[in-house]
Formats: sequence, structure tokens, C-alpha cells
Amino acid sequence: MNGNQLLIRGGRLVDPLHGLDAMADVAIVGERIVAVGRAPAGFVPDHILDASGMLVLPGLIDLCARLGEPGYEHEGMLDTELHAALVGGVTRVVCSPDTDPVLDEPSLVEMLRWRARRIKSARVYPLGALTKGLQGERLSEMAELTRASCIGLSQADTPIADTKVLYSAMQYASTFGYKVWLRAKDAALSRGGIAASGAYAQRLGLAGVPVIAETVALHTVFELMRATGCAVHISKLSSSQGVELVRQAKAEGLPLTCDVSINNLLLTDLDIGYFDPRARLDPPLRQGRDRDALRAALADGTIDALCSDHTPVSSDDKTRTFADAAPGATGLELLLPAVLQFAAASGLPLAHALGCVGHRAARAAGLPPASLAAGEAAELIVVDTQARWRATPEALYSQSRHTPLAEHDLQGRVRHTVIDGRVVWSDSATTASA
Amino acid sequence: MPTPHPTPPDAEALYARLLHLVRGTLSPHAEPPLLVGIYSGGAWLAQRLHADLQLAQPFGVVSSTFHRDDFATRGLHPSANRTALPVPIADRAVLLIDDVLHTGRTTRAAINELFDFGRPARVDLAVLVDRGGRELPFCAQLTAATLTLPDDVLLALMRDEDAAEGIRFRFDLVRKSASQP
Amino acid sequence: MTRAHNPQLNAHGELRHLLTPEGLPRDVLLHILDTAQGFVSFGSREVKKVPLLRGKSVFNLFFENSTRTRTTFEIAAQRLSADVFNLDIQRSSTSKGESLLDTIANLEAMDADIFVVRHADSGAPFLIAQHTPPHVHVVNAGDGRHAHPTQGLLDMYTIRHFKGDFSNLTVAIVGDIVHSRVARSAIHALTTLGVPEVRAVGPKTLVPGDLRDMGVRVCHDMAEGLRDADVVMMLRLQNERMSGALLPSAHEFNMTYGLSPERLALAKPDAIVMHPGPINRGVEIDSAVADGPRSVILDQVRFGIAVRMAVLSIVASVEH
Repeated sequence: MNGNQLLIRGGRLVDPLHGLDAMADVAIVGERIVAVGRAPAGFVPDHILDASGMLVLPGLIDLCARLGEPGYEHEGMLDTELHAALVGGVTRVVCSPDTDPVLDEPSLVEMLRWRARRIKSARVYPLGALTKGLQGERLSEMAELTRASCIGLSQADTPIADTKVLYSAMQYASTFGYKVWLRAKDAALSRGGIAASGAYAQRLGLAGVPVIAETVALHTVFELMRATGCAVHISKLSSSQGVELVRQAKAEGLPLTCDVSINNLLLTDLDIGYFDPRARLDPPLRQGRDRDALRAALADGTIDALCSDHTPVSSDDKTRTFADAAPGATGLELLLPAVLQFAAASGLPLAHALGCVGHRAARAAGLPPASLAAGEAAELIVVDTQARWRATPEALYSQSRHTPLAEHDLQGRVRHTVIDGRVVWSDSATTASA
Repeated sequence: MPTPHPTPPDAEALYARLLHLVRGTLSPHAEPPLLVGIYSGGAWLAQRLHADLQLAQPFGVVSSTFHRDDFATRGLHPSANRTALPVPIADRAVLLIDDVLHTGRTTRAAINELFDFGRPARVDLAVLVDRGGRELPFCAQLTAATLTLPDDVLLALMRDEDAAEGIRFRFDLVRKSASQP
Repeated sequence: MTRAHNPQLNAHGELRHLLTPEGLPRDVLLHILDTAQGFVSFGSREVKKVPLLRGKSVFNLFFENSTRTRTTFEIAAQRLSADVFNLDIQRSSTSKGESLLDTIANLEAMDADIFVVRHADSGAPFLIAQHTPPHVHVVNAGDGRHAHPTQGLLDMYTIRHFKGDFSNLTVAIVGDIVHSRVARSAIHALTTLGVPEVRAVGPKTLVPGDLRDMGVRVCHDMAEGLRDADVVMMLRLQNERMSGALLPSAHEFNMTYGLSPERLALAKPDAIVMHPGPINRGVEIDSAVADGPRSVILDQVRFGIAVRMAVLSIVASVEH
């Protein structure tokens, strides 16, 4: 009947969905959690994970990661990046359609899902391209993509320049109740910019992306939402002005959710230092005032989710001049320390703070929330909150080894990741006892 | 047993002797040589000699900075006093003047510098003190005094200016510290 | 900022690379100016060469064309007896897709000692400096809009030559400052050397407000910008700016911000007029002013060689 009886013992359980934060054991049989708190009578575990001194959390949800497939099959990228997700405690990954080729065909989506399921790793939830090739000209077959299990339609980081096309795409999507994922990025105003406009970019002589590139785009999107009734998720907000506009739009009742990346949450334009290409990002790192506003917005729920914005960039593409370097940084293994740092600094109860990589993020994506309740699928992580480390290239499992956070002291490491009742990742620093 | 600190030679007395030696080489029938002093001690000497000998043509000063052989270790000293030769030296006799002749490297650098400005007919060297320790095959044609000093002692010419007595030279003996090259 | 130390200075505070005047202590800048002073009179020597860089290889890597700057560096290096190699990057491997760092690595294999680099991307010399071995020195000959340190230094030399000291001056920099590496380097050098008032003058599209953070007073009115100035630095207006989304025309720029004799009269009577060259006559500066008695443009060129000789000798003399 069973074969897998797993006990997670002595940990501090935090379940954001139920606001639970208590010392409790978790008993798992097969794929499901059978009990939380006290094991049921007759429960004899085959394996015990010692979680004393550690947190037990639902697996994290990452609303924006790039897994490199289709595109980098030769490098085995899907395998390595999904593994990196498990190392980072991410059990659900929403991936961007800006693959090569673009995810605008149902067959590509089906292939990706099939490949991911074979690897038996984190769950992959693809976003389909909103327009063919992300070119912003022709609509993609949104219904077909949704039937192939896309959870929404997205333009990734490529804004649609033609407002009429965007209007039409949102109208079409809202016909079927599909959610559209967009960056708040005006195509023309952001063109040529490689760093956030401001004193630091001015000093360094770097072409700037003015904040109006974000605010003008938000105004446009909100107007189109009013005109079409389309539900929208804004990806990777970057500015305090943007936060304010989102706050007002939500207050008005527009069907809007949004996220922020770990980089914009933790860093500012000063972290570009002496033209460090690891800080070349899209959206760019803005000023301290923006970082403060993003933190406050994540804390008060104006921003629903924290994402890693995980982007594989090779060393060749990063050891270039700032203008020439490919934007992007690794992120899957940094999402956990980032959210723990945010939680500690925010003064919020841990259970509430973690919702931004838990049920609030799931809700924004239209996914069922992960939870630690009895009867739920056993999808959880055991976290050592005291572990200190640095995201140097050697410490990372991902093929994407570059991050502007490499010199930051990070706190928090996943010791075990469990999906469907199986321990899919254990840090060699700790061993499970039988 | 530490060596006793030697007393510095009497610079004024040596200057008087050098002046006498230089005067001895001048002839009423021949053009006097151009006096060119090597910065900084030699430049002071050239200035005073020029005044005392009442020479018609101005004296020059030459800096050894650009031709020093220790550029790679010591770098370029910025107060690079500039070589100033008010009269063309091509085909002229030059009397190069320095305060102390030691290894000969400064002399070599100064001569190289001089040749960047033209080709003199001849170059003679006049010094106050020859302290031996040559590392290059140079010698002075006119020397006021020869003496030996320990290697770790630096002999430096100093110039004092006094309203009553005018310019006065003296020598300082400085023990080199470990860090000084 | 995660990086605290200035990559230009070694552990002893000596100048290892010259990438930008920003962040260099005052006495390092003055050391360069003082050393340049020794080289200014080189023209009067019969043999215009000294052996300071003999046996050293200087590679001019100009990823962006510039005959003038490259020539002055070449003259400077040759006067120091260095072996000079000019790499015309347009025609070399980089145009075939060889990366910037691969180009550098290949050149290092040829025993380069000094790279003089001009590149269209801000920050390129920093990337190069990070990836070369300790004995190699990088001198920035202009990177994007970020810095042109030798130009900034020769401008400072020129100002010191004509004005004596920096502590009481008003300097007006006029023109396309937002795109100008010459302006940025001048601003950093001027503020480090203690010039109390530096003005950035031009229309909002070329002189945005956030330049204030660099320590300048932003003036959109030419008269206000020039009033009682001791030094007027005119910047070249690039062709591509002259008619487009930032400025309507060269004519209108001349009408609003061109340096005419009437406008120059607003500055102090003994004010000097500077320009990095080449000048666009009738656009940013009228011929009457460019050729007039207060123009020191040709002196800037002369001082440029001496300053570059100073920079090359100073970086080359640093021990590891």
C-alpha cells in the first residue's frame, strides 16, 4: 500500500496560507501529508528528516525564471536549472516565453512540459507568448496555448510598441478570461537605455532608462484594462512612482497583480560600482528611494509576489563592457535568502511575509497554493535559517553563475526539498537518518 | 664597533679652491668654456662661479632626471628641474659642474641630457668633492678635494643665504636610512 | 557600493592605470600636472627624446576613430622612447566577432606594457584593467560618454598655466554635456582641484538637472552661465545631435548657445576660451572668438603632448 513513510521531525512549521507558525512534525505517506503536529497511530516512518532548529515551509513559487529550453538543449539547461530550483527550495517555476524558439506554438509548450515531467523535478508552469514571436504584431493562438497548459500569456521583456495591437491582444485575451503578463516598459522611452536614469548613470556616462518609461507604460496598460476588462499581471516593477500607480489602480478595483525581482528589492544603481556587468539588468536597478518603496509595497501587499528573475547568462556574455553585456542574473538559488532577508527587515510575522513566494504569488498566477495541511500533496522544504553563505560562482548549481549579489552575505539555505512525498534534494551538509 | 661619524668638509674652503682651479684654466686668448651646473648642488656652484669669474656668457643648468637609470624603481620626480641652456652648446667647450662625484651615474645622465641639446666640442667635469666609489668610468678634470666616506653616508651640499654674508655653502653628512636607496 | 577601492591606484596609492579623474586624490592630479611641466619645453631640445620608456611597448587600441588623440599619444610615447603600435580595430579581428577581452589577451601575448584605449562603451577601460596582468597599465583615451582623463588633465594644465591657481575661479562648460566625456572629466578634475564654481550651460536636452549631483551649477541661460567666468570651455557639438530629437538645428544652437564675441564679453575681461577640438566654426564657437586673443585652443594641443608624456611615464614607473 505504501512504501514511503516520511517523518519531518522537530521543525518550526510556517504555512502562510493558513497563517500557521508552530513547532510541529509532518507525517507523509506516499505523496501526501497525512498529519501535521502529531503522527497518526501506527505510523512508522521509513525515513526521518531531522528539522530541529529549522523551518519547514511549503515549496516556494517563483513567478519569473528562465530555464533555457527551448534553446539550450545542448547545455542540458533544463536539467541543471530545475535542479538549481530544487536547491533553492523552488518547487514551482513560472517560466517566461522568451525562449528560442519563442513559446508561441502549443507543440513547443507540450514538449517543454513533457521534458520537465521526465526530469521529475520542480513543476514548470509555462507562460505562452502573447504575440507571435513576441514581435508585437500578430496575436498568438492563445486558446491553443492555454489548452497546452500555459497559465497565462506574456510579452516577457519585449514591450509591444503598437498600442493598437496591445489593445487588441488584451481584448482577445479577456474574451476567454486569460490573464496577460506584461512589463511596465514603454518601448520608445526605454530604447537604448542600459541603466536607470539618475545621478549615478549620469556620473558613469551610461544611457539611462527614465522612470517615465515605467509610468507611461503603466498608465497605458491601466487605460487598456479599463477599456477591455482584461486581467493583467505586471512583472518586475522597479520604481516608487510605479508602486504608487499600482496602488491607485488596485484601489480602483482593476484586476491587477504584480511582482518585483530580488535584485530590485535588494540593490540600487550604486551597486553598478565600476561598471560591473553583473548589475546590467532589465529592469535596471533604481535608486534607494525606489528600493524602499518596493519593500514597503511588498510588505503591504501592493506587490503580490517576489520573483527571482532567474536568467542564464554565460560568462562570455557577461565579461563585456556594460553596454555590451547581456542583461540578467542568476536567481533561483537566491529567492529564499532574499525573502528571509525581506521578512526579517519588514518586521512582519514570518508567515505573512512568506506569502509573497507562497499563496499570494500562486494566486497572482492563478495556481493552487502550496500548503502544509493534512491531505495536501507533500511539497515542502526544510530550511536552515542560520546558514550563512555567498553566491559565488562555485557555490551555485545553476549554469547561470553571475549575480550582482555575489558579494552580499546571504542567510538561509535549503537542507531538504520534498516533492510529492519524495526527498528530491538534500544538502550534503546534513544527512537524513533512517 | 660603530664607525665614528666623520666631520663634514669645509665647503667654503673647497669652493675657494675650486674657483682658483677654474680660474687657472681660463686664458685671455681663448673663449672660456660654458659653465653648466648639474642640479641642484652643481647649479648653485655654477651660479656662484659665474658671478665670481665675471663671465660674459650666461651659465646653464642641466637636470639628470630624464636620463637617470633608476626610473623603474624610483619613478619620476615631478619637481623635475628643467634643463635650461641659454646659449647653444653645439661645437662649444662645456665645463660641467657638480658638487659631489661618487658612482658616476649622475654624470652619465647629465651628459646624456646635454647631448639631447646639441653636440659640444668637449666636456670637462669640475667637482668640489670626489668621494670615490665609482661604478662607471668617469673622472673629474678639476677636483677641489678627494676623500673617502662610508657607503651609508650621504654628502649633501647646502646653501645658506645671509643678508650680511651673502651666499654661503656648507656640507651636511646624512646617514642613509634603510629605506633610502 | 560594494567596491571600495579605486582600481586606478595600487596599494601604495600610486597611479597604476589612468581611467578617470574621478576618485583620484588631489595630489595625484597635481603630480601629473607638475610632471607635465617638465615635458612642456621639449620642443626646444634638439633631440626630442628621452629614454624613460625605452624597451616598453605602448599599444594604441582605438576602437573608435580619432586621428588627433591617437597621434598625440603616439608622439608622447615616442618622445619617451617607447615602441608604439597602433591597432586599427575596425579592420582587425574584433570586427570578425573576436571579443574585446580576447583581443586584449592576444596583445598581451605580444608583451604589451601599456594599453592606450579608446572605446565607444563607457567603462570599457575598466573591464580591460580588470583582466590584464599586474605589470600592464591601461590609459583611457576616451570611453563612451564617461571619461577622457588626459583631456581633462591637459585642460587643467592649461587653466593653471594661464590662471595660476584653481581656488578662485569660475569655470563655465558649454554645450552637449550629457554626451560628453570631456565635460565629465573636466568637472571631476575641477572639483577635485578646488574650483569653487563650475557651471554646466546648455539646453535641457543636453544639460539635464541631475548633473547637479556632480557638483556643478546647471544654467540653461547662456548669459547667466557666462557672467564673470574666468574660463569658458566650449564643447564640440556632434553632427548627429544637430538635427534630431535633441536639438532642431546647428543654426538654432548657435543662436542660443554659440560663443560670439558679444557673449564672451559677459565673461571676465581676461577670461580664456578653451575647446577640446576639432571646432565647428559658426556652430558652438564663432571664428572671431576661436582665432581671437583669448583663445588658448592651440596651447591646449601643445600641453596635451606634455600631459600624455607625464601620464605614460608615471604609470610606467609604478612597481608591483
